[in-house]
Amino acid sequence: MKEIAAWALETARLRGALVAEARIVDERHRSLATKNGRIGSAADSESLGMGIRVIADGAFGFAASDELSREGVQSCAARAVEIAKASASVKAHPLELLPEPPARADWASPCQIDPFGIPVEKSLETLFAVDEELRRVKGVTLAETSMNFRRYEQWFFSAEGSEIHQTIVTSGAGYAAHSFEGTEIQKRSYPNSFGGQFQNRGYELIEELQLLEHARETAEQAVALHSADQCPEGRFDIVLDSSQLALQIHESIGHPIELDRVLGMEANFAGTSFLTPDKLRRLKYASEIVNVVADATEAHGPGLGTFAYDDEGVAAQCTPIITHGLFTGYLTSRDTAAAIGAPRSGGCLRAESWNRLPIVRMTNVSILPGEEPLTLEELIASTEIGVLMETNRSWSIDDRRYNFQFGCEIGWEIVNGRRRRMLKNPSYSGITTEFWNSMDAICSRDQWTLWGTPNCGKGQPQQVMGTGHGAAPARFRNVSVGTAYKGSGN
Amino acid sequence: MLTREPAHDIFDRLRKHCTADEIEMLISGGRSALTRFANNTIHQNVAEEQYQISVRVSLAGRTARATTNKHDDGSLQRVVESAEALARVQQPDPDLLPMPSPDEVNQDGAEAGVAVVQRYFEHTAQLTPPERAAAVAQMVATAKKHGLTAAGIFSSAEAVEGIFNSRGLAEWYEQTLAEVSITMLGETSSGWQKGNSPNVAQLDPAKLAEVAAQKAIAARNPGELAPGKYTVILEPAAVLDAVGFMFWDFGGSALLEQRSFLNGRMGTQLFGDNITILDDVYHPLQTGMPFDGEGMKRHRLKLVENGTVRAVTYARSSAKRMRDSELAGEMGPITPTGHGFPLPNEIGEAPLNIVFAVPEGKSQSVEQMIASTEHGILVTRLWYIREVDPYEKILTGMTRDGTFLVRGGELQGGIRNLRFNESLVRMLCNVEAMGEPVRASGEESMDMVVPAMMIREFNFTESTMF
Repeated sequence: MKEIAAWALETARLRGALVAEARIVDERHRSLATKNGRIGSAADSESLGMGIRVIADGAFGFAASDELSREGVQSCAARAVEIAKASASVKAHPLELLPEPPARADWASPCQIDPFGIPVEKSLETLFAVDEELRRVKGVTLAETSMNFRRYEQWFFSAEGSEIHQTIVTSGAGYAAHSFEGTEIQKRSYPNSFGGQFQNRGYELIEELQLLEHARETAEQAVALHSADQCPEGRFDIVLDSSQLALQIHESIGHPIELDRVLGMEANFAGTSFLTPDKLRRLKYASEIVNVVADATEAHGPGLGTFAYDDEGVAAQCTPIITHGLFTGYLTSRDTAAAIGAPRSGGCLRAESWNRLPIVRMTNVSILPGEEPLTLEELIASTEIGVLMETNRSWSIDDRRYNFQFGCEIGWEIVNGRRRRMLKNPSYSGITTEFWNSMDAICSRDQWTLWGTPNCGKGQPQQVMGTGHGAAPARFRNVSVGTAYKGSGN
Repeated sequence: MLTREPAHDIFDRLRKHCTADEIEMLISGGRSALTRFANNTIHQNVAEEQYQISVRVSLAGRTARATTNKHDDGSLQRVVESAEALARVQQPDPDLLPMPSPDEVNQDGAEAGVAVVQRYFEHTAQLTPPERAAAVAQMVATAKKHGLTAAGIFSSAEAVEGIFNSRGLAEWYEQTLAEVSITMLGETSSGWQKGNSPNVAQLDPAKLAEVAAQKAIAARNPGELAPGKYTVILEPAAVLDAVGFMFWDFGGSALLEQRSFLNGRMGTQLFGDNITILDDVYHPLQTGMPFDGEGMKRHRLKLVENGTVRAVTYARSSAKRMRDSELAGEMGPITPTGHGFPLPNEIGEAPLNIVFAVPEGKSQSVEQMIASTEHGILVTRLWYIREVDPYEKILTGMTRDGTFLVRGGELQGGIRNLRFNESLVRMLCNVEAMGEPVRASGEESMDMVVPAMMIREFNFTESTMF
């Protein structure tokens, strides 16, 4: 791989690039899924190619190809330089990258059981057993299960002298029971909606999820939702389970702290951010008990945002984002950090694969658990009137990340510290900073889960990225509940 | 770019490694480039070329797929072996059909005589980085002229899609596409436009930039409007991003699996009399290949006629299962329509070439809609739309990049963006006027041929801070 990269870097230099980086990626996926007792997906895929990023005449160019012959690589590198020179014809000022010492590293994510070494029939057997168990419950009209595995191996070489080899194995699994009755479709998922749980781990994650053990209850709840009362509309205290809080973090903290958004680079597509640089270390983003970090280091756990180096050769870091409620940090790269006068990139530049330009992405953006022991049941016990909401069903937020609305699969009324009746179609909405300032309790480390969001979309052409979000159940005071169905009657 | 003959050669090489009963190859890829700008500067500028070879095998009632972008013999052998290994461990599926023959894909030939629209344009395929940069410079100049900041893209691509199978099927499609999207940002407002075409000569970046700029200017210093039900005028891009959420339910598989909002509603009047919707890949303003994931020729379908859902799409297997199901009696004609996704898959099929029909002489311009609105809202674009309720098809989302108050038949200036929670079913019952259908493109759905719509009692539930 070093020889291939050298062809690219040398061509880029000869064509006039001052900065050149080559990323070669060899990736493999496996997707298995069932649907009502049939195969939904049985697919393997692999992809090998190279992406070359250069700076020439003070502007970026990027070209990618799956043709890794000497001629193909040199042609691709020349194209990247030609593109950079075209970029330079419409620029306000020359690009600046913050300096970064060259790195040499070889790193692999922790993986106890290689998922590609597991016989496919074993995985399918598990999925079909869950599928069957879900459909044993009368009223379940659709059962869906899935497992996904990815092995992502990347070689990064830069003209500055970096040589970084990383291998990341990701596993994920989950299922859903749907129930159609009358004029309603209800759904319950385990362990999370939209594919389940994902981490940078091997098959040991699948075994720990205990998929079959939770199938019956999941299916029964899907059916029971039909006879549950509609979630009321009004202002209530709410308790969010950890998976829903993880998505709340993703949308209303993770995205607005992306510095490329803040600087307007995503204005045409993903949007901008209310977190303008004047708010850094001034804005009271959240209540005193809220502490959020963006942590890509292995010490944080095997999240989808864990790596050793980002895709421009910057070492993984832990950046305080919210410290005792105060907004303290952005997700940055070498060019965006330079734009706000930061001393160093936060190491958040990531690409979906070899054929995409790396852009600023979330790593593991996590809320830290409470320091005092507190379980979900104890949190409920300390809530007089409220609604507990579990498992995301819908999510939406404006293009500056202020106004959001989330719907969940299931809710539970809380009365005098006790979980009472089941509620269907729960939803809540608010303004980001008001909401986070209303948080008054969060459960402790033993209730904290590092969730994986495998499908975060951003960029043009769009890139899908996996991000991690650690969260524990938490309580928010006086929140607008039930907005999603407000005015839905004729 | 890869052409049909070398692709066929790759298939012949694959076949040599196959020990399964049948083999199919989908090949897709091409060359694409995208110039991205923000803050009046090109800040990202990319190009790529790649081709994916995706192999499906069938083996005694079992099927599986493996995909690679490596074209050497060893990789081709490995991809076939991977697909066979995945298929071999499955239980047989009694509903799995043999791969289609060339005769089968051409039968039921309502579309047999339809000429495929020419959608490959050499100039679009050969567009250079300096040409894209020059167009961006033009758009940035427009921004600067108005004291605004521009962000957007100018992309161009040439792509191929081919399918070959061991029964002799060989279908091939080539297309180019150029696209411009631009957001103009002011201190307190923004405006947006987007357009695309297989032929770059049909795009006018300068005009799109000027319209976006005028929107940003007109929306300056937005006022606040209380949420509630308003008459709303949705421009075509806003219409397509909303209605796009329902077409995934227009498939036989969705109905059989009871995940469609059409369950129990086929043949009933669901929308207003003025709503007629087609799926037509052959429409001159549409794009995309005229065959499906098994190679079946796409049919033209009238999905909705005067508010009544008349037809849904079928893959070969879902048509077979539907004919055998208790729903068959309420479904009308059940035949493969050429809308299936590559097998195996979890979705089944869906219409991808939506065309709204508005009777000649019945359309109104957006200006006429504004003139006839006493108190309402004009929406340029919707954003972050998600499904709140799958059966009533309640969607939530935000307005974005140009939301205006209409009062007394005139635009009164910009208003802060609003959140909506609205049922698509109810929305399409409340359409009071429609424009001339145009090719429109948004960010939440596939491109469509859709009109602007004036809709009464559109449900806005909250406003945001800008």
